[in-house]
Amino acid sequence: MKMKLGTMAVAAVMAASPVMADLVFPSLSYRTGPFAAGGIPFADGYADYFTLLNERDNGIGGELANVIECETAYNTEKGVECYEATKSQNPLVYQPLSTGITYQLIPKADADGIPLHTMGYGRTSAKNGKVFKNTFNYPVNYWDGASAGVNHFLSLNDGSLEGKKITLLHFNGAYGKEPIPTLTALSEKHGFSLNTIAVDYPGQEQKSQWLQIRREKPDYVLFWGWGVMNQVAVQEAANIRFPMENFMGIWWSGSENDVLPAGDSANGYKALAFHNVGADFPVFDDIRKYVVDAGKAAGAGDQVGTVLYNRGLYAAFLAAEAAKDAQAASGVSDITAAHMRDAMEALNITEARMAAAGLPNFGPEFQVTCENHGGRGDVAVAQWDASAKSWSLITEFAPADASVLNPLIEADSAAYAAENNIKEGCK
Amino acid sequence: MPTDLLYGAEVVLNGLMAGVLYALVALGFVLIYKASGIFNYAQGVMALFAALTLVGIMEGQVPFSHLINAAFGTDIHHFGWHVPAFAAILLTLAVMVGFAYLVQRFVFRHLVGQEPIILFMATIGLAYFLEGVGDLMWGSEIKKMAVGLPQGGSLWVEENTQWLGFGNEDFYGFFIDKLDMVATVIAVVLVLALVAFSQYTKQGRAMRAVADDHQAALSVGVSLNFIWILVWSLAGFVALVAGIMWGAKSGVQFSLSLIALKALPVLMLGGFTSIPGAIVGGLIIGVGEKLFEFSFGPMLGGATENWFAYVLALVFLVFRPQGLFGEKIIERV
Repeated sequence: MKMKLGTMAVAAVMAASPVMADLVFPSLSYRTGPFAAGGIPFADGYADYFTLLNERDNGIGGELANVIECETAYNTEKGVECYEATKSQNPLVYQPLSTGITYQLIPKADADGIPLHTMGYGRTSAKNGKVFKNTFNYPVNYWDGASAGVNHFLSLNDGSLEGKKITLLHFNGAYGKEPIPTLTALSEKHGFSLNTIAVDYPGQEQKSQWLQIRREKPDYVLFWGWGVMNQVAVQEAANIRFPMENFMGIWWSGSENDVLPAGDSANGYKALAFHNVGADFPVFDDIRKYVVDAGKAAGAGDQVGTVLYNRGLYAAFLAAEAAKDAQAASGVSDITAAHMRDAMEALNITEARMAAAGLPNFGPEFQVTCENHGGRGDVAVAQWDASAKSWSLITEFAPADASVLNPLIEADSAAYAAENNIKEGCK
Repeated sequence: MPTDLLYGAEVVLNGLMAGVLYALVALGFVLIYKASGIFNYAQGVMALFAALTLVGIMEGQVPFSHLINAAFGTDIHHFGWHVPAFAAILLTLAVMVGFAYLVQRFVFRHLVGQEPIILFMATIGLAYFLEGVGDLMWGSEIKKMAVGLPQGGSLWVEENTQWLGFGNEDFYGFFIDKLDMVATVIAVVLVLALVAFSQYTKQGRAMRAVADDHQAALSVGVSLNFIWILVWSLAGFVALVAGIMWGAKSGVQFSLSLIALKALPVLMLGGFTSIPGAIVGGLIIGVGEKLFEFSFGPMLGGATENWFAYVLALVFLVFRPQGLFGEKIIERV
């Protein structure tokens, strides 16, 4: 009896553990809690792309991809627990999916030699790979977003924002405060006045903030929100009849979730974007054929082509491309986190590469180096069409203002290096 | 009138409206606490569940469709019909009454006579259970609350208050959200109805008797089980109203359960046992936090409302621990 129980226990452990030869991509997802509506499509997109590679291409370089999901509920402590619980399974790269979790994992990733990919979130100055050796934030970071927003407003005003008023409405936390130094520097450069208005978590009540906006009558409002804060802000902007085309969210405030509850009044709302929108790309035909219709989708299959699903899919695409590069560079298919890190540091995403993956013009072209873990910071602007219930890009991907951002990144990363006794440099 | 004064008046008006919305949430807590001494941690989740159910019924969504599809390999999500808002509200009410029965039958009936902390912990379990059931039943995507409530600032109010600025271009009339105006009317009707119910109906008097003394009420033939089902049903109804109002502002989504955070300072201030206290407490908190943000927010970096509401409630607690309208607890030895 004891023997039987022991055998069953071993079998259960083996069944629960990943096959060691697989390429392990942990997904610190949040399918529960107040932010689930945003977490589910990302997690679905991330998992479905790897499922597609497994089903269509027999994995990556002959190795099956194994996505291990760990539920964080967008909670920093749970995110760290997920990292600790999965790091022994030879993970290649983590997507922390939260700025709070990212800040906790940066030193751990350095200690463990496992790369983090914080795409469009996390610590902006991690772009400096000489300091943040295991953290990558390509293709964009929050400061790129702030700069892109200002660039867009410049383009609407013949290149001058002199005398204009811009308000930053932001989540009252590390994430929401990230763009303030950049916008302050940009306000000095371009001569606009900047006012910041904070919204406390969760942001269900924003009457004070929008009455203030109504009183101050800014020309433009930039918005750094997440979760319910987004839907309420769009509704409140409509309530005070703020011109929607002058209201622009960061990419985390620019999904279908954020505008649908406000109905027609959300028409014209803009959001920054670092990847394309919609399902009109060849890869989605394969996703439907090999994943959704085959009953292998991570979710219900009803999120395909939404903004956040596309973002998860794009993250998986970038991870898979780096894994391919790592296999080619190391000469082994069963790569390690160290191989992955080196490949991420040399990643070159071209239009040809995106097109080959069924994602033509899906994101900006960019190249990663040791000095630059963030790429060029190319951002486009998307706009919501309420009648068609769809987003569309209204600009090309264009680079951020490096002349303002680079000194800020240098200063912030140097301060981090000094605090943590890190010697700057490349291998 | 100086512009700042006009702006201040606008903030007060909007604070009053916001306070009404907080009070709507607080009312559900008061009803249950008053009748059973239970601090219902699940009240916010009940508002979420009620709103999810209402929208699900209106849209003809098949409950538990993901589970059904996964178990039977089907692909059904909708019945293919749309239920009018009024009928859907009645059906949702029926669901909330059913929920009240189940809660009483399977949870609190077995916990009669237990310490308040045990009952409180049971409501914590209930909250997480109900959140999970809501997710399984209706999914976790954000839904629009389309029950026909008006939205947006009232143009009539704006145009008819513009003269107060006496030609000042910086002032173009008071902003009042039409949804907040509707919420105020509904809250007033709701409170009057609840007070009338508890004062002038047999069940209402029985409810008050149970609230005053369980044992004495039982000895005169009042059914404790029935009263608790009644109270949880009423709390479910209040949760539905709160869910509709808050859901119309933000869409129906899982963070709706967090509206309970807004009710706590209201309860501390108004008292846990008074229906008018919930309203007055809500108004004081609403006006207080908005005025503080307006006056001192810019100096303090903004986002003062969440913590200031609790500070205000704490100040009241120091001087009146039972809250403004709560019953003073006197224990004689």
